[in-house]
Amino acid sequence: MKKIFHGCVSGLALVAATSLPLSAQEMLTELGEGEGSVSIVAWPGYIERGETDPAFDWVTKFEEETGCMVEVKTANTSDEMVALMNEGGFDLVTASGDASLRLIAGKRLQPVNVDLIPSWSRVDDRLKDAPWHTVDGTHYGTPFMWGPNVLMYNTEVFPEAPTSWSVVFEPMTLQDGESNEGRVQAYDGPIYVADAAMYLMAHQPDLGITSPYELNDAQYAAALDLLRTQRTLVSRYWHDAFIQIDDFKNEGVVASSSWPFQVNLLKADGAPVASTIPEEGATGWADTLMLHADSEHPSCAYKFMEHSLSSNLQSDLSVWFGAVPSVPEACTDGSGMQTAEGCSANGLDDFEKIAFWRTPVSQCESQGSCVPYYRWVSDYIGVIGGR
Amino acid sequence: MTQAAPLSATARDPAPAIFAPRGGLLPRLVDWILRHPRVFVFLMVLPITLWLGLVYVGSLIALLIQSFFSIDEFSGLVVREFTLKTYGELLRPYNFDIILRTVLMAASVTVASAILAFPIAYFAARYARGRWKAVFYLGIMLPLWSSYLVKVYAWKLVLAKEGILTWLFAKLHLTWLLEAVLAVPVIGGNSLSVSYLGTFIVFTYIWLPYMILPVQASLERVPATLTEAAADLGATPRQNFRLVILPLALPGVVAGSIFTFSLTLGDYIIPQIIGSSRLFIGQAVYTQQGTAGNIPLAAAFTVVPIVIMGIYLWAARRMGAFDAL
Repeated sequence: MKKIFHGCVSGLALVAATSLPLSAQEMLTELGEGEGSVSIVAWPGYIERGETDPAFDWVTKFEEETGCMVEVKTANTSDEMVALMNEGGFDLVTASGDASLRLIAGKRLQPVNVDLIPSWSRVDDRLKDAPWHTVDGTHYGTPFMWGPNVLMYNTEVFPEAPTSWSVVFEPMTLQDGESNEGRVQAYDGPIYVADAAMYLMAHQPDLGITSPYELNDAQYAAALDLLRTQRTLVSRYWHDAFIQIDDFKNEGVVASSSWPFQVNLLKADGAPVASTIPEEGATGWADTLMLHADSEHPSCAYKFMEHSLSSNLQSDLSVWFGAVPSVPEACTDGSGMQTAEGCSANGLDDFEKIAFWRTPVSQCESQGSCVPYYRWVSDYIGVIGGR
Repeated sequence: MTQAAPLSATARDPAPAIFAPRGGLLPRLVDWILRHPRVFVFLMVLPITLWLGLVYVGSLIALLIQSFFSIDEFSGLVVREFTLKTYGELLRPYNFDIILRTVLMAASVTVASAILAFPIAYFAARYARGRWKAVFYLGIMLPLWSSYLVKVYAWKLVLAKEGILTWLFAKLHLTWLLEAVLAVPVIGGNSLSVSYLGTFIVFTYIWLPYMILPVQASLERVPATLTEAAADLGATPRQNFRLVILPLALPGVVAGSIFTFSLTLGDYIIPQIIGSSRLFIGQAVYTQQGTAGNIPLAAAFTVVPIVIMGIYLWAARRMGAFDAL
């Protein structure tokens, strides 16, 4: 059996080696005619053509203008995105910070010639050379959307916004005179260890944490201890955005890490909630539209990148998803439904406070050897399980 | 005999005893197959065997092989070398907790389902007639027709801290009772919807029909004459139940328990929506194979219910459970 398996593995490897040339491709210097279609691997809700809600459509016009028919393959995790891109057959991917560098290192992407994208100048200056898509000065994509993991709180319990994440990390009496036990939530994903690390960065500087995604054993142990304290306060961790919304409505939850998405939906529903980014800062995510090394429709892909920066996409998508546009003008230019207030509600002014999401790896920049992600996974399971 | 055959042939006459072989490749092939029953059976069984063998057993074996690999502690890459290290990881306290938690939950859900299902099934099998029988079947089957997710989300609202049940308890001035139950360590919690008790209630609700139906089928098969005979011989109703009905219906209970036990063992949606976020086996598999990329551990976790169910089915077969299916 082992022999057969090895046979299969080597056979697959052979197929992979012959069909996918591993050399990094040169970037395009000029665009041809559109090839008639472009296929995109995207997060659910990222590429809308008015089928979910007629008001949210940023594909139809692109197809009419360029003749490039858009095909979408949605992926629910970064790993799924990496797997799909490794498989090939796609042109673009909306990769988050943890997937993008893996894709670049795996030579699955080609450099993007920003001179061919007229609207590149419109991109937020803070994102133009962001390390999750720029390696040695070479751009591997155009910024798509970003957003913070905010602290959502109940305005009846907190007449003033909480200034620290301590409300969800430490046992305390809240502003309404009752304990926070059973009334706060935390995110049910191992990456939440980084939120604990950020809190420690501010409150235990002697640990010497410089990045919440690069923790040595001692720093990591301290973060886990903090999370164990938090376990005694949290009745249920949140995982699904809609379950969290329900918990704020029916379960008496008054404070939790959250996304602007839930905050906006709850506010629209008339619930007494608001969000803030406390003094310790927050974690967040930033996605980039990236081009496959073996893209069969590069001209259409470039046209879509241009479209993603110049059309109503940035503005409407940021409303739809509760995110921040990568083109600041999209907040005010009336290209879509987004407004200046909406942008700041979603976190536009908090860029500096955000530690953007990255996959923790064992060989890290700041201190040589760090605790890798798979240990975060098993240990966080242990923390939630009460260990 | 040898004489009778030609006689009857001449008497009726029309067709020859042996047909001449038909021409053409396909007809000859068909004839050949029909004349070789074993080949015929082989061809009939081939598709289903291929399906079971390749798609089902094949993928199971691929999974088993994965579980004997391990993840490199340093780089997080899967090492394709035979090792039992991953199974060792299952015994680490936090992983073993998950297994223990899931098995205990599955066992208590099964016991509760059996206790709840028996009187219902007994009534349906012994007393319900005609229209009431139809009402019974509809009542049991109807919840199975609606979406599983809708039911679970509805239960979340029912059990929530500010939900219907809390309101009902308050109206009945029984809030103290609810609070006393929730104050019980381990099974209690901040509200029913975030406690083990809530997870247990929803599991029991969702899987109960799978217990009622086999129990009812087995009760139908207990002959009324046996209980009458027992009564004639002086058995009290209690003795009658304990010594006649229960042993004869037990295979049905065991058959039902296979469903409730295995379904609870593998479910990963209910504990995600209702409960205290502590993982069950299904969720652990989901997490480990996803973002963690720890396929070997996910595979090893998957082997656990297979082994438990193997032992369970073996024991159930010895009790004659499969006669009642």
